[in-house]
Amino acid sequence: MPEAVISADALDLTFQTNDGPVQALSDVSLDINKGDFVSFIGPSGCGKTTFLRVIAALEQPTGGEVTVNGMTPDEARRARAYGYVFQAAGLYPWRTIEKNIKLPLEIMGFDRTEQERRANNVLQLVDLEGFGKKFPWQLSGGMQQRASIARALAFDADILLMDEPFGALDEIVRDRLNEELLKLWARTEKTIGFVTHSIPEAVYLSTKIVVMSPRPGRITDVIESDLPRDRPLDIRDTPEFLALAHRVREGLREGHAYDE
Amino acid sequence: MSIAADQTPPCAFCMAMRRISMAILPVLVVVGVIVAIWYAAAYGMNRVSTLDTAERRGIEISAAEVFADTMAQERPRLPAPHQVVAELWNTTAGEPILRERRGEYQPNPRSLFFHAYQTLAPTLLGFVIGTLAGLLLAIGIVHNRAMDMSVMPWAIASQTIPILAIAPIVIVVLNAVGLTGVVPKSLISAYLSFFPVVVGMVKGLRSPGAMDLDLLRTYSASRSETLVKLRLPASIPFLFASLKVAIAAALVGTIVAELPTGARFGLGARLLTGSYYGQTIQIWSALFMAAICAACLVALLGLIERTTLRRMGLDR
Repeated sequence: MPEAVISADALDLTFQTNDGPVQALSDVSLDINKGDFVSFIGPSGCGKTTFLRVIAALEQPTGGEVTVNGMTPDEARRARAYGYVFQAAGLYPWRTIEKNIKLPLEIMGFDRTEQERRANNVLQLVDLEGFGKKFPWQLSGGMQQRASIARALAFDADILLMDEPFGALDEIVRDRLNEELLKLWARTEKTIGFVTHSIPEAVYLSTKIVVMSPRPGRITDVIESDLPRDRPLDIRDTPEFLALAHRVREGLREGHAYDE
Repeated sequence: MSIAADQTPPCAFCMAMRRISMAILPVLVVVGVIVAIWYAAAYGMNRVSTLDTAERRGIEISAAEVFADTMAQERPRLPAPHQVVAELWNTTAGEPILRERRGEYQPNPRSLFFHAYQTLAPTLLGFVIGTLAGLLLAIGIVHNRAMDMSVMPWAIASQTIPILAIAPIVIVVLNAVGLTGVVPKSLISAYLSFFPVVVGMVKGLRSPGAMDLDLLRTYSASRSETLVKLRLPASIPFLFASLKVAIAAALVGTIVAELPTGARFGLGARLLTGSYYGQTIQIWSALFMAAICAACLVALLGLIERTTLRRMGLDR
């Protein structure tokens, strides 16, 4: 039995808005094991991003419990348990790529030589050597997103939380980044939580696919993928892949059924 | 046949000259129009006094003589542009900044440079005080809810009070506690210049988006780290926009502070004595000196802005 690094138990989260309460998460229970690549997929409003933000202690649940490495999310954050990658690259425009990557290191109090070493390390990991001195606007969208992944990797957290990181990129760039992300995952053995609304992306990347549905946001299906860990891009044409994609699609449709 | 072969590469110098002339031409046209209107207005406004004088002396004068006289009166209602330029030249290049008196070199009160300096020194000091005060207030407003609710209405109220009304009060009160010279003037100019800095910096410090702030939260960054690493750098473009308004306001503040207090030196004093003795040419040349000073200060800030933003990678 592998150990669960992230464990959610009967999570509830209700936002108080001007239009009355909105239940973003309802009775969400899930275990994520060490080394898993877990995708959260569902239509907008299904709470997938909210769930990721609860894990990262960016939102407080109104009910239930979640632990990260056996700690509360807040404690886990202070213990530098995770790196977070946002929808947009979110690089600070007045910092060079290298300085952006050093931002978390500066705040966490690494000394200068260590900052230098780690920045070079992760730049290499995301294939951006030689771009350290560039400003963000001098890089393409895909390169910027790679830099933001490097920034999340810089302080060597075990868990990587990614909120639709490739959502704004075109499909060709996205395919390449998906491939690179898988290689990175294999090399670093991190646990990854990945929010997406693309079925092929979810199936291609994940060892576990969590299908969610909206109003209230909840989990409708958890699919364990039996695809091999080593995945070339053309695995997407195999019957196994298509069967998985089909099951995800069915799960999404089910969640929508009594909505329409 | 090739099209490319026909095109001789344009020389870099010609290109640069063309670009400069493209930039300067519209400015020159506008200046030309203004000067023309000015001359016409000077003729129109000074004609009456020319005709009056002629009538009193009982002489007939031709239209050409009328025109010539309106351009060269000693105390015209509206001095002609060349009169103002000549006055500016005579009181700057034509007068030494220092002159010898009783064996000592002292500032020459006939030099407009001396008066400009008398005004610029408190302006710059007031600008620095106002900017620092504005910065501190903005940081307080952004970080403290009570200050957010309470400071802004007072800051706005402070700017609705006519500066002309409180300037003498400030000068008298400060005089009573022994503060004279540069400080009272600069406090009044600070009073005018802190406001744009507060408004601009509150907006600038709040300009980072939710995602930028969330990112720092995932690093468990403190509020002061968030200020230094995110809010302040993000507000730099806002700061420069505010500073340009603030420095012009600071200059106005100093000149206004000189008016009701009977200052003897400074551009405001120059305006005042000019109006006492009907020296319209002196008033206009002081006004132009003030405008030139303001333009130089704003241009200097623009230069600092460009180099700073370029270094920060924000200049594109």
